[in-house]
Amino acid sequence: MSHNFRHWPIIVILSIVSLPLIIMFTFQIIDTFTTHPIDSMIPDKITFEQFSFLWDEAETGRANIWEVTLNTFIFATTTAVVVCTVSMTTAYALSRLNFPFRRFFLGGLIILHAFPTVTLIIAIFLILQIIGLYDTLMGVIMVKAALELPFGIWIMKGFYDNVPWEIEMAGVQDGASRFTVWWKLVLPQVQPGIFALMIFSFLSGWSEFLLPQVLAPGNDAQVLSTYMTALIADDTKIDFALFKAVGMFYALPVIAIYLIFQNKLMNIYGGGTKG
Amino acid sequence: MQITLQNFTKTFDDVTVIEDMNLEVKDGEMLALLGPSGCGKSTTLFAICGIHRVNGGKILFGDSDVSDLPSQKRNVGVVFQSYALYPHMNAYENIAFPLKVRKDKPADIKRQVHEIAKLTHIEELLERKPGQLSGGQQQRVALARALVRKPDILLLDEPLANLDAKLRLEMRAEIRRIQLETGITAILVTHDQVEAMSMCDRIALMHDGKIVQLDKPSEMYDNPANKFVADFLGNPPITFLDAKHQGDLLVLPNGHEIKNTKLNAAIEMLQIGIRPECFGPQFGTGIKGVVKFIEKQGREELFDIELTDGSQLRSIQSSGSNLSIGDDIDWGLALDDLLLFDMQGDRL
Repeated sequence: MSHNFRHWPIIVILSIVSLPLIIMFTFQIIDTFTTHPIDSMIPDKITFEQFSFLWDEAETGRANIWEVTLNTFIFATTTAVVVCTVSMTTAYALSRLNFPFRRFFLGGLIILHAFPTVTLIIAIFLILQIIGLYDTLMGVIMVKAALELPFGIWIMKGFYDNVPWEIEMAGVQDGASRFTVWWKLVLPQVQPGIFALMIFSFLSGWSEFLLPQVLAPGNDAQVLSTYMTALIADDTKIDFALFKAVGMFYALPVIAIYLIFQNKLMNIYGGGTKG
Repeated sequence: MQITLQNFTKTFDDVTVIEDMNLEVKDGEMLALLGPSGCGKSTTLFAICGIHRVNGGKILFGDSDVSDLPSQKRNVGVVFQSYALYPHMNAYENIAFPLKVRKDKPADIKRQVHEIAKLTHIEELLERKPGQLSGGQQQRVALARALVRKPDILLLDEPLANLDAKLRLEMRAEIRRIQLETGITAILVTHDQVEAMSMCDRIALMHDGKIVQLDKPSEMYDNPANKFVADFLGNPPITFLDAKHQGDLLVLPNGHEIKNTKLNAAIEMLQIGIRPECFGPQFGTGIKGVVKFIEKQGREELFDIELTDGSQLRSIQSSGSNLSIGDDIDWGLALDDLLLFDMQGDRL
């Protein structure tokens, strides 16, 4: 490889720009495992006490962390599964089938994709109240999945568009029904897309804050993000160390997933860009 | 199985691509649908295999009308231009897919796949994925997949277009061999006249959605129905000269006269088609011109000749003429092989 530019100026610039981030992450990790005197930032003692929320009985009025984690997990997983299943089928229809108002649906999809969903929150709140799903995990999952769908469908449509028509023609010619063709021949071609979408919507569900906060504020349907808000909402005794430790606990799965699946996640940019 | 198209019509939205086409392919025959791109040959093929719906007329396999049958029930094997192998399955699974869909017994599937693999010479490639196969090997797998469930009809859509020249030659012979061995009725769609002429029993030459001529390859070359057919078949292509008809003489633009008694006296102007092999020194003299360009093709040399009046002729001859660009020539025509057309392009 020929070097037509020097590396070090770029490295220096990147280091300077990312320095604040690095400092934040470093102190996030250091602070959760140490204590320090009030007037100093230098830690003086290593401790795991801040993680006692994992095993100690919860304070009165506060939900148990494992229940909240389980809630978050159910929330993220169900959202991901719903988004994937619906996107898989809808995107195929939009990409391949000829049905009335196809262009209208496509246009609607792009508009919804670009739509600031926060503006819908009041309407959604009212709807959930009327159908009785307010303050339930079920309600938030439905709303989250619905809002996540335009993105999913659009990405999956891009993947489907890249599958050659001939494969489907060949399948039909080989005697397979349209459904078999889709299930056995087309789906395997878009499998990287499904996988990436699954992870993306899981992570998006895992980190969702606004919807659970507004639509399920009670203790029963609490997820980790709202649990953390509740921790610092009580401004009489703010425990930043606890807050950071919960944050750490909250972020770990995300980091793990990114580390394990980073190659697969890149697919979504490689294959799914064609509209 | 015999294929019959009766008044077959195909439209896309408002555009009529094919109107009232009639075609009969005999049992066990290999027929080429030949034509320039956009002439409707692939449309016809896709209508026969059921991917396109018929807008008018009928398609018969044997005696049964299949016009309204879906692709799955027509029992037609298709080889696509891109081969359309299933990328996630290896060659064995690709070939076995039609049988699995049909729910054959696993032992039967295995036997049939190996039988067809033997026929197409791909036995040692069955474990490989399409990505690990060369173009010619993919072609063989596609052929095996199309043939494995013993279809009534085999359709080939430009099967050789993606191969390099040498492989194309090899696969041409291979496809023909397999077709003859299985005795299947086959239709080959191609824009390459050499493919059509070398592989098929008969050629249907299509132009603008119509079959212009349906004939044996040699017959079509020697006896084209009109100027389009004469122009389309033959490489290097035929050249045309305008001529006047005076008495029983044809007068070329350069003043050269050809004796002709066959023609109806009413025609005044006509066009003479001269194939490159019908013009050269071995046919005497009388046509004077200048060598404009020489294309050496190894065994043969192709000359572009400009006649004294400015019109162009082509001549192909065995190598070794020692002529160079700018030389004057005085050659003759093979009078028996000239093709005469009226000014509308119909054969006289």
